[in-house]
Order: sequence, then C-alpha cells, then structure tokens
Amino acid sequence: MSADLTKLAKLLQELDDQMVACMKCGMCQAVCPVFSETMRESDVTRGKIALLERLAAEMIKDAEGVQEALNRCLLCGSCGANCPSGVQISDIFIKARNIVNEYMGLSPVKKAILRGMVGNPKLFNMLLDFGSKFQNLMTSKASEAQGTRKAPLLEPFIGNRHFNPVAKKSLHAKYGTIDTPAGKSGLRVLFFPGCVADKMYTNMGEACLKVFKHHGVGVWMPATQACCGIPALSAGDKTAYDKMVKYNAEIFAEGEYDYIVAPCGSCISTIMKYWPKYGKEYPADVQKKIEKIAAKAMDINEFLVDVLGVKPEGDAPKGGKKVTFHDSCHLKKGLGVAEQPRDLIRMNNNYELVEMDEADRCCGCGGTFTLYHYDLSKKIGGRKRNNIIDSGAQVVSTGCPACMMQMNDMLSQNYDDVEVKHSIELYAETL
Amino acid sequence: MISASLTKEFEAVVGKENVFTSEPERQAYSYDSAVLDPVTPSLVVRPTNSEELGKVIALCNENNCPITVRGAGTNLSGGTIPDKRNGIVILTNGLNKILEINEEDLYAVVQPGVVTAKFAQEVAKRGLFYPPDPGSQAVSTIGGNVAENAGGLRGLKYGVTKDYVMGLDFFDVNGQLVKTGSRTVKCVTGYNLAGLMAASEGTLGVFNEIILKLTPPPAASKAMMAVFDDVNKASEAVAAIIAAHVVPCTLEFMDQAALKHVEAYTKAGLPVEAAAILLIEVDGHPGQVADEAAVVEKCLTKAGATAVHVAKDAEEKFKLWEARRNALPALARAKPTTVLEDATVPRSQIPAMVAAINDIAKKYDLAIGTFGHAGDGNLHPTILCDRRDEKEFHRVEEAVDEIFDVALSLKGTLSGEHGIGMAKSKWMEKETSRATIDYSLNMKRAIDPNNILNPGKIIAG
Repeated sequence: MSADLTKLAKLLQELDDQMVACMKCGMCQAVCPVFSETMRESDVTRGKIALLERLAAEMIKDAEGVQEALNRCLLCGSCGANCPSGVQISDIFIKARNIVNEYMGLSPVKKAILRGMVGNPKLFNMLLDFGSKFQNLMTSKASEAQGTRKAPLLEPFIGNRHFNPVAKKSLHAKYGTIDTPAGKSGLRVLFFPGCVADKMYTNMGEACLKVFKHHGVGVWMPATQACCGIPALSAGDKTAYDKMVKYNAEIFAEGEYDYIVAPCGSCISTIMKYWPKYGKEYPADVQKKIEKIAAKAMDINEFLVDVLGVKPEGDAPKGGKKVTFHDSCHLKKGLGVAEQPRDLIRMNNNYELVEMDEADRCCGCGGTFTLYHYDLSKKIGGRKRNNIIDSGAQVVSTGCPACMMQMNDMLSQNYDDVEVKHSIELYAETL
Repeated sequence: MISASLTKEFEAVVGKENVFTSEPERQAYSYDSAVLDPVTPSLVVRPTNSEELGKVIALCNENNCPITVRGAGTNLSGGTIPDKRNGIVILTNGLNKILEINEEDLYAVVQPGVVTAKFAQEVAKRGLFYPPDPGSQAVSTIGGNVAENAGGLRGLKYGVTKDYVMGLDFFDVNGQLVKTGSRTVKCVTGYNLAGLMAASEGTLGVFNEIILKLTPPPAASKAMMAVFDDVNKASEAVAAIIAAHVVPCTLEFMDQAALKHVEAYTKAGLPVEAAAILLIEVDGHPGQVADEAAVVEKCLTKAGATAVHVAKDAEEKFKLWEARRNALPALARAKPTTVLEDATVPRSQIPAMVAAINDIAKKYDLAIGTFGHAGDGNLHPTILCDRRDEKEFHRVEEAVDEIFDVALSLKGTLSGEHGIGMAKSKWMEKETSRATIDYSLNMKRAIDPNNILNPGKIIAG
C-alpha cells in the first residue's frame, strides 16, 4: 500500500463513526434510482459505504474505482429517507467526495466548470449573456411543447440532449437589483431565483415576482448574487463551494428581510442546511452571518401556503387541463415540502391535478450527475417520462428548475405533447 | 485468482458487461447482512437467461470454482458470503421475470431473481394473494426466499415460503436441468426434491424456475394491541387464543426493552411501563373476522391484559402497527451494530425464553431488545453493540452461544427463518445428531463431488 493511500485512508477514517451505523441490510436497493437501472451493488448505497470502509481500512488498492463508484450517485436522498438505521448517507457521500477529490484531484472538466465558470459569477453571467446571442447559430428547434432545442454540432460535448435555450436577457440583466419595501403583507423577502431561473427559465422567475407583487411582499434581489454552491459541493469541490458561499454571505448579511425565498428546493436546502453544516472551519463572524441567513431560508411554495396562507377552498377543481406533479428530491425528501405546491396548483381552476405513479422518484438529473453520466441519467429519466405519460397529464409541474430541465429533455426526445411548468407559474396564471 | 482465459470463457457465455472483474466491483459482493467477516469473490457473473445460467454452472464445476448464488444479499447468517477458494458469485438479478400468473389454477411461475414485494404486488393486482412476507421483502428475491425458506409475520396462519413452493427446476453441478413438482395441487411423482431445496441455502443446486402457489386474499381484517404487566400473562393470552381455535394472521410480541427503544425513537406514546405488548390481527370473511376479534379480545382480557386497543379503521390500524414497523429501525439506531438473532421455541416457552434473554443481557452487560412472532415462538432478540469494541463483541458472541443453548434446552431450534449459513453451522450437531450431519454430508458429496455449491454453509464439516 502506497503512502498516498495510507494518507487517504486516514482522512476517510473521520467518517467511520457515521459509516459504522450502516448494518448492510440492503434496503436501499428498493429505492435507489441508479441501482434500479444497473443492478450493480457498487452502485447502491450499501455497496458504496462498504467500499469507502475498505478504502479507509486500506483493504482496497483501486482508489480511482471507488471514486468512480462514489460519483455514480444522484444525491437524491431516497436511500437516506428509507434507511432503517438512519445513516446520514448524503452527508457521508458529500464529505467522502470532497476527501477523495482533494486527494485524487478533480477532473479537469469539472474544475473548469465549477471553479472557472460557476464559481466566478461575473464571468458566468458574461459568458451566458454572450452565448444567448449566438446560440441560435449552433442549435435548431427540437420540440414545440417543451420549447427545446438540439445541437448536433455540439454532440461530442453535450450528447444528444434537448435543452431550453438560455434566455435572451437574464433576470438580473433585465431588472438589475430589485429593492421594494414590504407591502400589505408586511413582509419582505430576499429573492434568490437560482441560476436556472435567472438564466434559462426567466418566465418562471418573473412569475415569482408577479406573485410577490400581488401579495404585497417586498422584494430584495441583489443583482450580484451568485450560485448557492450546490453543484460544487456535490461534485466534491469544496474550494469552489467555499468561495461561492462566502461571497453570497457577505452580500446577504447586509439587507433587511424576513425570509430568503427561492423557487428551487436545491438552492433552499443548500442555504438552510449545507451552508451552516459545511462551513464549520470559516471564521466565527462568517459562521454567525451564515447561521442568521440560513434560519430565514424557505421554499417559495411553503412561503405562499404556510406563511401567506394561500389555500384552495372547497373541492379540488375538475375537468380542466390535466396536470401532474413531480416531487423533486430536495423539496420533498430534503425539506418535507410536498402538499404546498399541490395546494398552489389546486388554486388554478383551469387545471385538474392527477397523481402519477412514483411521483417522488428522482427524475435522474442529480445536478452535475447528468453531465457525467448522461446515459444513466437518461434511463432514470425515461422511467419518470413513462410515469408522466401514463398519468394522462398534459402538463407536468414541479418545484425545481433542474427537474424541469431534465423532464423537458426526456419529453422532448420522445416528442411528447406535454408541457413542463413550475408550480409557481400555474399559480401566477390565476393572478 | 481466476485466469484471464477462464474470465474470457465466462464473458463468452454471458457477455463482457455481465462479468465483473474490477477490485471495487468484486469487493461489493463480499458481504451480506450478517455481522461476519467479508470474503471477496474472484469473479462476479450475471447470467440473463436459463441457458447462460446452466453454462456458467458447468464452467464453474469444470474449473473447480465454488459458486455462491446471490439475490439481494440480505442474508442474516452469511449464506451469501462467497468461498475463500476462488469463489464466484452468480447474480440472479438478471433473471427477474415473472413468467406466468395463472388466475384459474392459482399458481405463478417465476425466475429466481424476482423481488418478493414486486411479485406480491403483481399477484395482488390480479386479485390474488402470495402470503410469505419476510422483513426484507422490499428487496429480497424469491430464489433467496426459497433457498432460505424465509418466513415473516404471517407464518402462523399462512405458513412460510416452503408451503408455497409447488415445484421448481434447478441446475445440478453439471449444468443439467432437474425438475420436481408440478403446476397441480397434487403431485407424487418422484422424490419431493422441491421440499429438499427449500432451506438448502444454495448447497444442492441452482434454481432456474420456481412454481408458487397463490390463494384468494382475505376479504376483511381487524387489528388490536394488548398491554401486559407480565410476560407470562402475554404468553397465556397467546395460548388461550390458540386454544379458542382462533388462528390470527399475525400475532406479534415486543418486550419492554424493545418498547422503550421504539418510544425513544417514535415518541408515539407507547406504554413503556408495560412488560410486553401483543399486536394481533385476524383476517378472513367479515363475519368470521368480527367473531374472531371478539374471541381474541375476551382471551386478552381474561389473561390479564391491562389495556386492549382495537383499531376502528384502516388509519387506526396503520397507527397500531407503527410500533412493530419501527421495532428494527429503532433498535438499529440505538447502537452502531445490530446483531439480529432468531432462536425459536415452542410458543408456550416464550416467557422462559424472554426471561433467559434478559438474564443473559445482564450477565454479559449487553443491551438486548426482543420482538418477534409470538404466535410461532419465533423471537428476534436483538443485541445492540459496537463491533469495533472487541471486548464487547466477544461478550456478544458468548451471549449468542448462550441464547442458542437456552433455545435448544427449551426444545426449540437455532433458526426460525434466518438460516444456518456460516454463522450457526457449528451448532448444527448439537440440535440434530452426528448421524444427521453425516447423512447430509453423504448426500452433498454424491450430488456435488467437487463441493462447489456454496461450500461451508449449513454443514461445514
């Protein structure tokens, strides 16, 4: 065993107390979306934990193989939510990815994206603003229903995926910093649109603004805000993550607001749970700021229903356009928000809510997972697509922009006449 | 190590994508759910049809490579841990088709890798019922259930896996197909090899297709919970229910230690002062259910239950069962390592067994919570420990030995449903006899002269 692996093993031993809780019962096999496609033990949680234990005990030489196994996880949290012994699985995997990557190095592509681009908000915005002007030259229309495009010329880089174009003008470019006082609600929120609503699904971002205005909620949207950091953290790049968190924390610590609201379960989970959890080594004053910020984070569906009291009355509407709801992993399993978006949909009499099978099964996007394991991601997404189609819905709604991208891609590739909409968009239509 | 040329031969049979050779992939098949040392296989092979399965077995035998067949790897006695001598793991999850569900003749034919709960669900969709419900059913496979003769909560009234195996075909070590049983209710053609294969733990052949019996589902059910201040009274209640000719579909027991752990975890307001609780469900025709529930309630009160809660509707029933559903999760969370045993005694001996377990816990200074199937005497003393603490784990091993001693002295058995595997084979002779071991070994040698079929399990020597 080389000295290097011994050092890596030592670092992994800090996870021992958490990993030993896994009793290898194997119940994770029932819910893991990756395992259900590949049926390989190294792809399921129990297998990954066993491999990490081996690496920590220096019983395995192929550290790269373990790194690869570790990366084949969506971090969807399904296993954690169903684990009989309550193993803190996502936490173990996030820490392990960071330890292993620190040691073995991050792939050059990941480094370029996470540190060079996403970790650099100004450059990220500039590149996308630039790209939005020229994207039509490289892409062609793929499907009307989802408004997707495809790019055969770029296939070596992005596969044959169908994607929604980057908005001509991002939310922050169009509005700059928004700063309005509390209205009749007496509340003011820090609006965190998240990267996708800011740069791609700007209509959805504008629907949020419309809803805030209607309810008399003051909005502060600093134009300088950056990515919440989840892509970097889940890819195991703590350096890039720390940079984004500290950058945002400085900005967010300044303003006056009651809640931080985002139309994205992943962004909110990250701000609420990960920011305090994975910043224990930051200076005390930064940690204090982060704690205060984290305590105010709330998903937009939850904010509307539980804080503002938006709630449908009487029987659920029938006879309208059929809509089905996909529970995104970070929203339901991470934040426990599942009924609220459904309530918002029921506020719109033009739609009839029908449930699909396995509504809370992961769509297969997994953030950056889809970038590196597109074939696997597509298989998992295919199952979601089949469930959507079998429900007979004409619209699929969800509370997460990343799920929207994935479902748009899956439906578009099958030429399905089904639209993808955020729950907030369906509610905003009624105002 | 397996030679590169032999690996290629396996690849020629099942395709390169179905032979796992890398170190991490092989290490991921070195364990199951038993608390035992892992053994890494030299190769993992996944056949996707019968023909491939037969060829893989023959190839293993020709090359003297021990086979361990693996479904979901949830075995609690080490039955799916491969052999140290060039062991090869054969996965059944590429053989996971339900081939037939016959609603007229009430049987189904499945491949071994079909997941138990998925199968039960498919059967239920057709208005029929497959009763065996082992705790791992969400992931366990039918092949594994048959090989272990898995039980479950419904054992008392509906029996265990072997009671549903009408027939099967399996490969011998030469990759030749052996057939036994049939699709008919009655069949006395030849030896009852299907009976022999149930609980054979992969030591006598490799399953190809399994014919399972189905039944109509019960139309109604009723659940209740009874609280006792004395384990003896709970046991008397169980005896009284059976004596009154009522056979509940489930009759579950939890002792005070288990209750306290569940309450700490769920905060559901369980009676932690109780010495034990019983959870009972009767099912059948609605009229019969009403009658039987009344009889059970009377028996419980007469035996001295301090409280009896009868569920009024499905929601209350779900709540009532919450304590039992959370028994293992609550116990598993209490300490890092969970040693789940399944020593089984005649049901009248439950108080003696529970008392002995509590004495053993004290003697070895261990936390043991006990829950289980009171109706069939199948208890799950669950030892909560930390396997990294060598001294403590040594005490755990001693305690397990003593639990077996007591179970045998009460005319019970080593294992009700978890299997013998590697964990309990040293105890086999104590429960049976030397002649039993020799008889089994002779049979095994005749059937498997190279000793490649899951060696070291059940009859290690």
